[in-house]
Amino acid sequence: MAYTAQGPIRPDSDVLRARIPGWGVDLPPQPPSDQEESAPVPLPEAHWEFPDLQPENRPRERSIEHKMLTPVFGTAAPLKGLSGAIRRHAYAKYSETRAAHWLLLLGADRVDAIEHHLASMFTLRPDNPITETGVKSEFTHNGFSSRVGRKRTDLSHTWIDPILVAGPWILFGVAVVRGGGTLAARLRNRRN
Amino acid sequence: MRAMVYRGPYKIRLEDKPIPAIEHPNDAIVRVTKAAICGSDLHLYHGMMPDTRVGTTFGHEFIGVVEKVGPSVQNLLVGDRVMVPFNIFCGSCYFCARGLYSNCHNVNPNATAVGGIYGYSHTCGGYDGGQAEFVRVPFADVGPSIIPDWLDDEDALLLTDALATGYFGAQLGNIAEGDTVVVFGAGPVGLFAAKSAWLMGAGRVIVIDHLEYRLEKARTFAHAETINFVDCDDIVVKMKRTTDHLGADVAIDAAGAEADGNFLQHVTATKLKLQGGSPIALNWAIDSVRKGGTVSVVGAYGPMFSAVKFGDAFNKGLTLRMNQCPVKREWPRLLSHIKNGYLKPNDIVTHRIPLEHIAEGYHIFSAKLDDCIKPIIVPTAS
Repeated sequence: MAYTAQGPIRPDSDVLRARIPGWGVDLPPQPPSDQEESAPVPLPEAHWEFPDLQPENRPRERSIEHKMLTPVFGTAAPLKGLSGAIRRHAYAKYSETRAAHWLLLLGADRVDAIEHHLASMFTLRPDNPITETGVKSEFTHNGFSSRVGRKRTDLSHTWIDPILVAGPWILFGVAVVRGGGTLAARLRNRRN
Repeated sequence: MRAMVYRGPYKIRLEDKPIPAIEHPNDAIVRVTKAAICGSDLHLYHGMMPDTRVGTTFGHEFIGVVEKVGPSVQNLLVGDRVMVPFNIFCGSCYFCARGLYSNCHNVNPNATAVGGIYGYSHTCGGYDGGQAEFVRVPFADVGPSIIPDWLDDEDALLLTDALATGYFGAQLGNIAEGDTVVVFGAGPVGLFAAKSAWLMGAGRVIVIDHLEYRLEKARTFAHAETINFVDCDDIVVKMKRTTDHLGADVAIDAAGAEADGNFLQHVTATKLKLQGGSPIALNWAIDSVRKGGTVSVVGAYGPMFSAVKFGDAFNKGLTLRMNQCPVKREWPRLLSHIKNGYLKPNDIVTHRIPLEHIAEGYHIFSAKLDDCIKPIIVPTAS
């Protein structure tokens, strides 16, 4: 088709209606129900103008873009440890528009994982990378045949994925071992 | 109670946690009977979402039975069988009053750019989710609805996010009769978006992915034409050829932050976390749609910046529409479509996994093993 004012030929609506169950049932005059209502009306089920306040049993971090602590909030994992301190700083100092806010939170997530992995070593249930990664399912749910002979684009980066995922943990482990060795050597030298 | 617990990127396990308590007068505690793993749960699982804390429980798609209610709850009774939208919302703030339930201002102290979501990091409010035996449900008078007797449990479960979000994605496309609609991503949301596009009068629906088994589902479940982008040198050129070199009228990004198909984008976003998401599908959508067309985005992205081809969107005069789905707004119409037989949501469910095998469930879904499209979690104790 040359570049004229004519658009492509549209399929016949009656044919589509016959072929596809429900074709066109949401065409106008069905009112749209997607984004904003034209007239702002609170939901009738909300029997308050402003909700009761959930008790703040411990100081709750919040975005500095908020005027106040919201009346309801989650309490799944309160701040604690070094990761908690980093998160508290990210919330107190940087707004959501700053990359520093999100990068600190992402960094705190990694610190949080390290804190918990180390702490788990001193419990009766240490972290177990075999069971916790679910990698057993590779053997029970067709790990090989789900990949080989299939045109999966993710296979192009499969080789680098373990390096990127496990690499930082291995480097951290090496750093801890080397740091520990250096410290032990210094202590020995001091005694001698 | 037993609950799925996050232990760090790619690691989760089942733990005993205290049964959640009523923390606000309008809370309810719901005993979970079915939950699902959503594609967006994988962003948390892969460590992409900032402020995902060790010890939290994921799961924003769940149904259950009311176990306990707070003193101000008027609309629910203990024993009611309820479906719970993934959004937590108050129903009374500036945004809720305008139907933007997913943008509620009263439920998420951690961020103003997103509302509250069950089990979706502290960036989304710090609430535990429903991949557990029990879950706290705030604003119990506003969010949950009693499941009609005639509705199947699995269909109800899929109404809490995947179906509503897919339908919403098609709505955001402003589809006109006879339009050509291209959907990027043949996961649950993409399949539902493709199916919904027909209800809105689309003339052609084309679904694009790289997983052949999902494209097969798009053909049989959603009556769509399909393209495997691995077969094309350039998917955008292929799309232009398929649409008389004008482009599609509407493009829907149903892939989101972990879209694959470009090594650099995928690795920098998904593995190195240097972007809020890998915008491959979004960039293809922008370049595949015609000038003056509409791009709808319902695939989820994180709060950091992403390398989006904004100049192309600007120069083509596109309309970009996006949001987290305000789930409850969609329920009346979707319930009617299910009742009339136009939609059968649980046709896409491929795996039903006991809660004690949740780590395997995540790996199967994440690694796309065993032709997995939609895994459902069943807490056996309930």
